[in-house]
Amino acid sequence: MTIKHNSTSNNSAAVSRRQFLKSSSGVALFIGASGLLPQLISCSNTQKVRKQFEKHSITAWVQITEDGQITIYNPAAEMGQGSMTSLPLIFAEEMDADWTQVNVAFSPQEADIYGGEGWAPGTKLMFTVGSRTTKSYYTTMRKAGAQARYVVLHSAATHWEVPIDELTTQESQVIHENTNRTISYGALVPFLALPETLPDFTGETLKSPEEFRLIGKAIPRTEIPSKVDGTAKFAIDIRLPDMVYGVLERGNLHGATPTLTNQSEILALPGVLKVVPFDYAIGVVAETLETALAAKKLLKIEWSEALASGYNSQEIYPRYEAIATETKRGKIVHEQGDVTRAQRSAEKGYTADFKNDYVCHAQLEPLNAVIQVAEDGKTADVWVGSQQGRDTKLGVPDILGVPPENVTIHLQYLGGGFGRRSMNDFVSECAVLAKAMAPKPLKLLWTREDDVTYGAFRPLSLQRLQVSTDATGKITSFSHCVVGDGGHLVASGARNDHYAIPNQLIEWREITHGVRLKHWRSVGHGPNKFAIEAMLDEIAFNQNTDPVALRRTLMAKSPRALATLEKVAEMAQWEAPSQEGRAKGVAFVEHGSLGTGICEISVDRNTGIIKVHNFWIALDAGTVVQPDNVKAQMEGGILMGMSSVLKEQITVVDGKVQQSNYHDYQLLRMLEIPDRVETTILPSTEHPEGVGETATPMVAGAIANAFLKLTGKRLRHLPFTPERVLAVLNG
Amino acid sequence: MPTYTLDINSETHTVDVAEGTSLLWVLREHLGLNGTKYGCGIAQCGTCTLHVDYRPMRACVIPVDTIADGQKITTIEGLSTNSDHPLQKAWVEAQAPQCGYCQPGQIMQAAALLAENPNPDRETIKRYMNGVLCRCGTYLRILEAIELAAGSNSKTT
Repeated sequence: MTIKHNSTSNNSAAVSRRQFLKSSSGVALFIGASGLLPQLISCSNTQKVRKQFEKHSITAWVQITEDGQITIYNPAAEMGQGSMTSLPLIFAEEMDADWTQVNVAFSPQEADIYGGEGWAPGTKLMFTVGSRTTKSYYTTMRKAGAQARYVVLHSAATHWEVPIDELTTQESQVIHENTNRTISYGALVPFLALPETLPDFTGETLKSPEEFRLIGKAIPRTEIPSKVDGTAKFAIDIRLPDMVYGVLERGNLHGATPTLTNQSEILALPGVLKVVPFDYAIGVVAETLETALAAKKLLKIEWSEALASGYNSQEIYPRYEAIATETKRGKIVHEQGDVTRAQRSAEKGYTADFKNDYVCHAQLEPLNAVIQVAEDGKTADVWVGSQQGRDTKLGVPDILGVPPENVTIHLQYLGGGFGRRSMNDFVSECAVLAKAMAPKPLKLLWTREDDVTYGAFRPLSLQRLQVSTDATGKITSFSHCVVGDGGHLVASGARNDHYAIPNQLIEWREITHGVRLKHWRSVGHGPNKFAIEAMLDEIAFNQNTDPVALRRTLMAKSPRALATLEKVAEMAQWEAPSQEGRAKGVAFVEHGSLGTGICEISVDRNTGIIKVHNFWIALDAGTVVQPDNVKAQMEGGILMGMSSVLKEQITVVDGKVQQSNYHDYQLLRMLEIPDRVETTILPSTEHPEGVGETATPMVAGAIANAFLKLTGKRLRHLPFTPERVLAVLNG
Repeated sequence: MPTYTLDINSETHTVDVAEGTSLLWVLREHLGLNGTKYGCGIAQCGTCTLHVDYRPMRACVIPVDTIADGQKITTIEGLSTNSDHPLQKAWVEAQAPQCGYCQPGQIMQAAALLAENPNPDRETIKRYMNGVLCRCGTYLRILEAIELAAGSNSKTT
C-alpha cells in the first residue's frame, strides 16, 4: 500500500477539517483521494482524526452512523443543475447504499482533497463550470463508493469469519447467503475493520450498467423540498449577530475611477459606519441594509473617463465588418485542409455576417457574500454562493494577507450561476469591507441595478462565415472568422467536429472596448452555433435541399451526432408539414453532449413577435445519471436560450451601460413559453458528458432556420427583437 | 426610530426601523424571515411575492409604514404548517425548482391564484404567473405543478 503524503498539510487546515467532523457522530470512513488510504475513525475521537489529517492527504466522502444514516459529501456548487443529487448518487450506487438513508452535505472547500480533475495534468480544482461536474467526478465517485463498499464487506467478513467473496450487498445490507445471514451497514459500524489493501476499482470491478439501481433512474433531487418552503439557504439569507452591511456604487462606465465629493456628508448620516474607496467604486458600510442603500443613493461621485468612453455598441458593427474584411488573418483557432485553395476551385461561394449584442446573466439572486474576519485579522469565514474557482478560497487569503488554510468557505446554494458566479469579484469586495470592519461580520449586497449595470457580459461579436460548394453542391470549405473581445469567450463553439467538411478555418480577430466580459451559459457556443447552423440552412435554402438531409450528409462520419438528428426529426415529424402559419427549424450543438433540436414557430407580421410553439430535442449525453434532471436542464436551457435570442440586449452609449434592471433588461416570462419542450435521451453507456449548456445554443439557429422557411427571410442579428424582425420582414 | 407591529403568519412581530423601509428588508434583515427573496426592488421580478390580506403583493415596494393595523401578512414560511400545501407537494412532484431562488415567490403567487380560482385553465395560469420571473427557465414545470395542484383541488372539492 502506498501512502501519499500531503506536503501542504498543516495544523490550521487540520483544525478546519476537524471542526467539520466534530459535529457528526458515528464513524467517518476516509478513503484516500487516489483510493490508497482507508481510515476508520470515530468522529468523536477528534485527536485521532486530527492526527490522520496531519499525516495524510485523505478524503472523507462518507460517514456512516449506527442507525444506518449515511452522509455523502458533494464537492460541487449547487446552482440548480443537480450536483447535490448526482454526485452522491454515483457514490451511493457503487457503495450499494440505501438511498432513502442517504443525507447529502457540501464537502469542505479544500481543493487538494475534494478537487476534481483540473484543467492541466495533475491539478485539482473545485470549480463548477463548463458543465463538467458529472463528467469529471464520475470515475472518482464510483471508485470511492466501491471502496467504501469493500470496507463494509471486509468488515462483515471479519465479523462473521467468512470469506469475503461469499458476501453480497443490497441496499445497505451485507448478505451471506450460505448461512442466510444479513447485517445492515449501520449495524456493522461497531465492527468496521480496515483491509490491508484496497483494490483499485476500475472498469470491470465496478458495477455494470444493468446492475444500476440509482444511476439512470427517476430519483427526486435531494434539495428540492427545501426549495419549496423557503428553508433552502442562499448566501443572501445568512444573518449573524452584529452583522453590518456593505454596498458599492460602481457607476455605469466600466473602468472609470471615482472621486467622492461629499464624503463628510455621507459619514454624517446616522447609521453610516464607513466609506471605503475602491479603484472603480465607492463602498459604504452601515448598520442596516436600508441605511447603506440610502447612503449609496446620496453619494456624489465624479467619474473619470475610461477605455470604454466614446464607445457605442450599436454603431460598432461596421468596424467589425472592416476587421473581418482585412486580409491579415487573426489568431488561428483551428485549421484543417486548405480553405483558400478550396475557395478558388469552388463552384459557388456563400458569405454571411452574423452578429450578436451583449447579454447579461441576470441571475435572480443578486451577487452577495457574508464575511467575518477575526479580530486579529488572521482567519476568516466566508459564506457565499460561488461556482468556486481556480483559487478555492476565492481570493480572500490574498486580500487578508493570510495563508489559504486560514480561510474557511461555507458554500451555500446559488440563486443562479450561469457563469457569473465563477467570477468572484463580489467576494473580493466583501473581503475588503469585512477586513475594514473586523471582527464584525459584513454582508455585501449588489442591488439589481449593480448587477445589470456593472455586469460582466457575454461579448458582442461578429461571425463572418464563408462557405464554398462544389459542382454537386457539396460543402468543400468552411471559414469562420470571429471578431470580438475576450478570446475563448467569443471563439468557443466555432469548431465543427461532427460535420465532415474537408477544409476548415476558424480564426479570432481581437478588438477591445473596456466593457466587462464573462462566460455566459454556453459561452461562445451561443453566437457561433447560431452562425454555423443558420449558414447551413441558408445554403440548403439556396440549393433547395432539406436542412435535415444536408446535415445527414455532413454527419455521415459521426454516428452519435447523426443519431440525435434522426431521432429528433422523428419526434418533430419533420417530414410532415406544419399547420398554416408555422414552420420548423433545426439546429445541432455539441457541448460535451451532442444534441439536435427542432423548433416550431410562427411570426406575427404586424408586431414582429416570434412565437415558439414547440421544441423537440434528442440528446446523447453518454451515461445519464439523473434522466429527469437532464430533461429539466434541456427545458431550462431552451427557455434561457429563447430569452436571450428573442429579448435580451445590453447596449452601451459613450461607454455607459444603458440598462439597469428587469424593466429594461427583459427576460422571458410565463406567457412567452412554448407549449412543450420534449427531450429524448438516447441510450448510452459511454462516459457521462455535460448537459447544462447543450440546449441554449440550439435556440438561435433553430428559430432563424424556421423563420427562413416560413418567410424566406434571414435573421442574422441577435436578439431577434420585434423591431429587428419587422425590419427583416419589410426589408 | 418608529416601532411597527406586524401580523406575520399569524404571529405578532415588533420592529424598530426607519420610516419607508420596505417590508422586504424588514422581513429578511430584521425578522429573519428569509424565505421571501430580493430580486429587483422595483416590483418587476415577483421574487418577493407574499400575501397581504391574502392578496399577492411585492414586498420590495411596500413601505412598512403603509401596512395598516390588522393587515395579515403571509410569507412562504406561513403558507403551510408542514410544507404540505397542495402547491408545495405538486412542486416537489413536478421537480419544478432548479436554483430555487424564485420559487417561494412563484408558489406564493400561485397560492393566491388557486385561492381565487381553484380550477384555472392554462391561459389563466400563465397570465396570472406572468409577473414572476424564473431565470433557470422552470416555467413549464411550474405550470405543470399548478395544474397538478389544481387537479387535486378539483378531486377534493
